[in-house]
Amino acid sequence: MIRLDRVAKSFPGPRPRTVLDRVCLDVARGELVAILGESGSGKSTLLNVIAGLETPDAGTVVVAGADLAVLDDDALTAFRRTHVGFVFQAFHVLPYLTVAQNVALPLRLAGCDERTAAARVSAMLAAVGLAERAAGMPRELSGGELQRIAIARALVHRPQVVLADEPTGNLDPASAQGVIALLRSTLQAEGATGVLVTHSRTAAASADRVLVLTVAGLAPFEGRLS
Amino acid sequence: MNTAVVQAVLGGAFTHQRGRLALSVLAIALGVALGYAVALINAAAVGEFAGGMRTLSGVADLEVRGPRGGFDEALYATLARDPDVAVASPVVEVDARIAGRDDALVVYGVDAFRAAAVTPALVGAADTALDLLRPGAVFLSPAAAAWLGAGPGGTLTVQSGVRDVVLAIAGYAGGDAGRRFAVMDIAAAQDAFARGGSLSRVDLRLRPGSDAALARERIARTLPPGVVVAAPRDNAATTERMSRAYRVNLNVLALVALFTGGLLVFSTQALSVVRRRAQFALLRTLGLARRRLVALLVAEGALVGAAGSVVGLAAGYGLAYAVLRVFGADLGAGFFRGAAPQIAFDAWSALVFAALGVAVAMTGSFAPAREAARAAPAAALKAGDEQQAFARLRSPLPGLVLLAAGAAATRLPPVGGLPLAGYGAIALMLIGTLLLLPRIAALVLARVPAPRAFAPALALDQLRGAPGQASVSLATIVASVSLMVSMAIMVASFRQSLDDWLAALLPADVYVRAGPAGDSAYFDQRDQQALAAVPGVARVAFLRAQALVLDPALPRVTLLARDLPGDDPEQRLPLVGETLPRRAGDPPPVWVSEAMVDLHGMHPGARIELPLAGRTWPFVVAGIWRDYARQQGALVVERATYVALTGDRSATDAAVWLAPGVTPAAFRAALDARFPEAARAALSTPGEIRALSLAVFDRTFAVTYGLLAAAIVIGLVGLSSSFGALVLARRREFGVLRHLGMTRRQVGAMLATEGAAISAIGLATGLTLGFVMSLVLIHVVNRQSFHWSMALSVPWGSLAALAAALLVLAMATTVASARQAMGGGVIRAVRDDW
Repeated sequence: MIRLDRVAKSFPGPRPRTVLDRVCLDVARGELVAILGESGSGKSTLLNVIAGLETPDAGTVVVAGADLAVLDDDALTAFRRTHVGFVFQAFHVLPYLTVAQNVALPLRLAGCDERTAAARVSAMLAAVGLAERAAGMPRELSGGELQRIAIARALVHRPQVVLADEPTGNLDPASAQGVIALLRSTLQAEGATGVLVTHSRTAAASADRVLVLTVAGLAPFEGRLS
Repeated sequence: MNTAVVQAVLGGAFTHQRGRLALSVLAIALGVALGYAVALINAAAVGEFAGGMRTLSGVADLEVRGPRGGFDEALYATLARDPDVAVASPVVEVDARIAGRDDALVVYGVDAFRAAAVTPALVGAADTALDLLRPGAVFLSPAAAAWLGAGPGGTLTVQSGVRDVVLAIAGYAGGDAGRRFAVMDIAAAQDAFARGGSLSRVDLRLRPGSDAALARERIARTLPPGVVVAAPRDNAATTERMSRAYRVNLNVLALVALFTGGLLVFSTQALSVVRRRAQFALLRTLGLARRRLVALLVAEGALVGAAGSVVGLAAGYGLAYAVLRVFGADLGAGFFRGAAPQIAFDAWSALVFAALGVAVAMTGSFAPAREAARAAPAAALKAGDEQQAFARLRSPLPGLVLLAAGAAATRLPPVGGLPLAGYGAIALMLIGTLLLLPRIAALVLARVPAPRAFAPALALDQLRGAPGQASVSLATIVASVSLMVSMAIMVASFRQSLDDWLAALLPADVYVRAGPAGDSAYFDQRDQQALAAVPGVARVAFLRAQALVLDPALPRVTLLARDLPGDDPEQRLPLVGETLPRRAGDPPPVWVSEAMVDLHGMHPGARIELPLAGRTWPFVVAGIWRDYARQQGALVVERATYVALTGDRSATDAAVWLAPGVTPAAFRAALDARFPEAARAALSTPGEIRALSLAVFDRTFAVTYGLLAAAIVIGLVGLSSSFGALVLARRREFGVLRHLGMTRRQVGAMLATEGAAISAIGLATGLTLGFVMSLVLIHVVNRQSFHWSMALSVPWGSLAALAAALLVLAMATTVASARQAMGGGVIRAVRDDW
């Protein structure tokens, strides 16, 4: 589902920095891969490259059968809209929309008709246990609830790939555990492939495979997870 | 206060928002510059005028004055014999038209030996004393000599009646007085200007030890009707009052620019504070007291105000200097003829306007500072909390109370002759509306149907979810649009009313004025007969203009003695309201202008007495007419009545109806052939008078347009600046939307929709408020300032074009600022948390 072949990425500037150096990665359909790494090791850049938000300096990126290098900005945007779901560390739900409207965003963007969208949003909110908060505003929710909204939003349009970056970074251990379990189960239920970037070994433990990103590239994690 | 704390609070603003701070500084600078420039020009004009009057009044303790046409010179002997009077100096004052020019020069006729003891500035500097008495000799003030480009040895030709009088310039007078005038012997002046037996004023120097107040009171009782006695400074104050309303209005317009500058500071600070919400929350968490945070943010505003004031004062000085050179001291309004003022640095005004600039900026900063300090630190630390600052809808009560107070203020009378309550009403309505903006925005947005397209729909959701945001973006644009619209409607109403008034007032084919300037020109009875006998003339109606003193505390009023149709005299007057039916036994009728109602308390049916030819005569007020030419008041009487009461058969103007087929040009040719002296008279068709009047009107309002344009620019800059800041504050949101699959175009469309919605709401609110404010300007401010009414005339076409242009400009500025904010990797903005 996701194939990175010798991907390299550097950032220019007064002190140019190579973030990714000939990184290779293969993620199978339905697999959940966790990537551990120190701050600044390039985890976020790796996710951006997979999402088509950053263009690699070298190497190829193929996601859901599409070679991202041949897509222009509009095509990449359309690709993300259809095939990718995001879960952010800071939730990033829009404060001026209701819970249901936030979850519905990807469907509205895709031009889905209102009835279908409403049914899908209800199903996703039920799946994340927030059906009764559909009409509520984000400011009325806790951090754990906001992240559940974000998971619902990431999966509502049935993307083939979900990219989650530190989804438990802003949560207490109990909420974090619940969110990871929810992410795992919903990914499975929807048949989506996931890439989870995290510092938390506990969170990583729920993945099918755990890798570690260093200057040398991606390698299987060989330590204790929890 | 701890330097580190100050740096932590203010550092963000001064390092990351330099552009917006610079705009705020410029907006304050513009307001301060305009205000200071107007103050400097006013101070220069009034100061020079008053200074000149002081110089010309010399050491006179009292001045006896009467109608502009003069009073019986026998009064001089009575005054000279008064026990309290040490020296009495008679003066004849004529505003003499300069031959060949459309200008007039004040010529004082004095008794040099008397004047030397009271008003030495009015005594010519002659080589021999005999020169002072020479009939054809005149002495010019240095300012007049420079203005005329003439000097000793040359000649000065002035008009008397419809004939020229050539005077020999014998030297200078007036010392350093900056006013333009000429001096000659009083007997020679009476002779040259046909003022034999009459005086314009008598300057009195009292004996040492005399009580000026008592002497004044006693002398007043001995004076004939229409002649008054006052201290020279009171006369100067009366003259100064004539232009006060105009000057105050200019000051208010300058303050409007400063006010919109304050709103720009408000919107900039409001958004700057929202952007730094988390930073302040952190400082609050670390122990920064709420009050200290408010103080620091208000101090930030004070710094902006101080910088704007410094720049504004320098620019204002330069502007005043330039305007004075180009337009003159009265900015083209004609109040200070004869004055040649110079700009001088005025520390007091500078201090006042600098303080105003700082105060306005501090006021603009206060509300955002309080908002920042009120935010709960824990919540404000969370990303995304910025929107919470805009989410709340406050009570509409304060706004509604201010609107009600504004409506009530329109019912209040003027204060000291100034429409302070009217200005207050406008300010209250404006501030009240600004306070209600979030409610207005919410109300409008709730009724807008949801668009089908995703981007506009999301834009509408965003605006509905954050109605407070609209108020920040809308404040400057609503203020500037409403002020501009109100002024545009008022000016259009005034212009249309003036046009209608001219049409009603000018029914004849040609108008002949004995002299285009001054009061030395007139038609005597022989001239009138000659004019009426010119071939092609079907009918002539003459007019005699005269200035009378009705109240020593007020400027002279104009008496117009007109030939009116005997059967229906009122058909030639632009009357307003009811007229009084004429009844047998009533005294002769007088029609009074609206200013006479406001300033002298006259009303239809009132029996009044007018001082004519040294006696008082009863009249009954038959009606009120509209007069845009004389804001101090005017009265119209039938000329036949005037002649019967005064014996004065002279006329200053003639309205000529031509026989069928005779053109004005043919009439001019016939006039020149049959009545050569009339070559000095000014001949105009109604069309020419109308064009000239409207040109003068437009020139007078040119400054107004300039000041309003400044307000509009500030409004647009405010909209652009605040929208740009809002977009910057929402970069993370756009980044998220881009992650979710929104294209750049869609984000752009969303912002364009937001910009269009905000601009449209701002324009609609501004137009509505502007219309209401124009009613206050027309019916309260204008009436109380200038004492004339006008009919409402809305320039729909111009307003529609203006609204469309503003909408396009506003959208362009919002889209441009959005594009600028969207550049530079908006997607990375999300990474703050990655």
